[in-house]
Amino acid sequence: MTDADLRTPSLRLPAGSGPWLRSRLRPSYRGLLIAFSSQLLAIPLFVVGVLSIAYMGLGIGIAAVPLVMSGVRAYAELQRRCAREWSGVDIPSPYRPQPEFARDLIGLWRRCRWLLTDPATWRDLLWLLLNAPVGLALGLLPAGLLVYALEGVLVAPWLGHVTWYGYGAIWPIDGLLDSVLVIVQGAILLPLGLAAGPWIIKGHALFTRWLLGPTRKAQLAVRVHRLTETRSDAVDASAAELRRIERDLHDGAQARLAALGMSLGMAEDLLKTDPEAAQQLLFEARKASGQALAELRDLVRGIHPPVLVERGLDGAVRALALSLPVPVDVTIELPGRPQAPVESAAYFAIAEALANVVKHSEAARALVQLHHAKGRLVMLVGDDGIGGADPGGGSGLRGIERRLGAFDGTIAVTSPPGGPTAVTMELPCELSSPKIWPSSETG
Amino acid sequence: MRVVIAEDLALLRDGLIRLLTAYEFEVVEAVDNGPSLLRALTTHKPDVAVVDVRLPPTFTDEGLQAALEARKRVPGLPVLVLSQHVEQLYARELLSDSRGGVGYLLKDRVMDVGQFVEAVRRVAGGGTALDPDVVSQLLARHAREEPLQALTPREREVLGLMAEGRSNAAIAGKLFITEKAISKHTNNIFGKLGLPPSEDDNRRVLAVIAYLNA
Ligand SMILES: Nc1ncnc2c1ncn2[C@@H]1O[C@H](COP(=O)(O)OP(=O)(O)O)[C@@H](O)[C@H]1O
Ligand SMILES: [Mg+2]
Repeated sequence: MTDADLRTPSLRLPAGSGPWLRSRLRPSYRGLLIAFSSQLLAIPLFVVGVLSIAYMGLGIGIAAVPLVMSGVRAYAELQRRCAREWSGVDIPSPYRPQPEFARDLIGLWRRCRWLLTDPATWRDLLWLLLNAPVGLALGLLPAGLLVYALEGVLVAPWLGHVTWYGYGAIWPIDGLLDSVLVIVQGAILLPLGLAAGPWIIKGHALFTRWLLGPTRKAQLAVRVHRLTETRSDAVDASAAELRRIERDLHDGAQARLAALGMSLGMAEDLLKTDPEAAQQLLFEARKASGQALAELRDLVRGIHPPVLVERGLDGAVRALALSLPVPVDVTIELPGRPQAPVESAAYFAIAEALANVVKHSEAARALVQLHHAKGRLVMLVGDDGIGGADPGGGSGLRGIERRLGAFDGTIAVTSPPGGPTAVTMELPCELSSPKIWPSSETG
Repeated sequence: MRVVIAEDLALLRDGLIRLLTAYEFEVVEAVDNGPSLLRALTTHKPDVAVVDVRLPPTFTDEGLQAALEARKRVPGLPVLVLSQHVEQLYARELLSDSRGGVGYLLKDRVMDVGQFVEAVRRVAGGGTALDPDVVSQLLARHAREEPLQALTPREREVLGLMAEGRSNAAIAGKLFITEKAISKHTNNIFGKLGLPPSEDDNRRVLAVIAYLNA
């Protein structure tokens, strides 16, 4: 995920509202856009694309292919977005992830190879070609239907005297009865055309998905890539975590316990000869054991907070909220408990987001909302502070991303300068049915 | 004084029994799990119970739940809850019936034997014993607000000790000043926080905690 993904959770065009007629006519002008772009953009892009590949041998192709292909991909990306925004047809990007390329000739050559070995490139080109007729036909259809319907109502009836002209099933139009039938045909066609518009646009979106969407193989490749990435993140993170725990124990509790043992041993020796010194040593020993306990407590909290074991995510988040110096509104609707690893990842993600509120936001209030919907645990941490949260500006938010990534979870941050800040996190998971506490009623 | 102890680690349980016996408590029963604790509390109705939060069989907050349930059945039953970690959430739940006779301390505090025994006695007498960690978090929560800003550093210190549940005499001893000076401080604090003055130590402590918990 890039910074841009993190900051803009959903790039949604304003949803279809406005006057009735305008929303009815929307498929028509969308269709016209599809039709025109299929001729004016897609065909030239296809031609230039094929030419640049054909001229690879001559050298200029090597320079041209990346340039042209980025144009092709931008146009394809636009079509994917239109399919999503207009018809709700989700078309994920099928491209292989881009490696780093050197800025020299060899880098350029590698870039070409990377482009040309990606099946998605060829599917893009094929789509450009096929879209020329398909886009034109489907694109013109919604507007065409309306125009033809209107013609039947408004124009055709008065053309009875033109012998080579007809309308629909009536050919040619002869006499008053025919004229009335023409009007009836037009009047029936008009609502049908209006109703068909969105479906035609959706048909085009489905056609687009067929070629511009990832193939099953590409989907798997992307998935494997992502899993490899998150797995190595998770492995790194847990190794780093173990190192930290080892260091904390080694320099902290372990050292203190050693010192404590020493103090006790010396006190034992001095007990008879110098009781006063022995008492001082015992006092120090007690202090050292207190510090060791405090350190162990912090360490345990960092590994797995006890309250999470005792009360689950619900109680742990409430307990966390109560311990902060900023008032936090907590709303939790969870009909059960996620599995322990998910619960722990969720807890630490919320804890980091809340720590940020305390550290950076200057907020007067914060809120935490948790619920479970469509197989996902959805977590929102918001504050009314100064905003400007930037995942690139520290390690915490990136850490959350990695932590959640190991479970296919995501994080999105919206934090305009001046606030408010909202951190939305999602984790796919199932909830187990709630536990009944066996404690209270036996007795 | 009759006391029930609930602690699942034998080492700590024996330590607590030894300690409290040495200070002339009578340990009527020492249990190691939640269900037995609830039974022991409701049958013995001890003068005070010392309870570990986490107990078998679930190893969750079984001890706390049993203590809360026991206080529901025997209102005001004095309970001192010990834990490896303290949570505002648990403190709130324990204090929610505002009857007093409640303690909530880190296990570490047992090491300071004198203070610990004092806390057990205080809880048995219907008083309160809140861990300094809980209190400092409570104070931090309100630190930015008007009334608390208006307190002098000394008054804030006194407020903290009061919230831990200590009497005027105990606070005076701890800060090395006269009891009279302390009651002047407490009067000022109650004035600035807008709380009704009260001579009763326990009631005053509960008022302060209620204020901070709001
Ligand atoms: N809730 C917030 N309100 C305002 N700024 C924030 C908030 N959260 C994070 N930031 C800003 O974003 C940066 C990155 O946050 P983070 O990744 O958690 O790093 P860290 O907390 O370690 O500095 C912070 O340094 C801070 O400037
Ligand atoms: Mg941070």
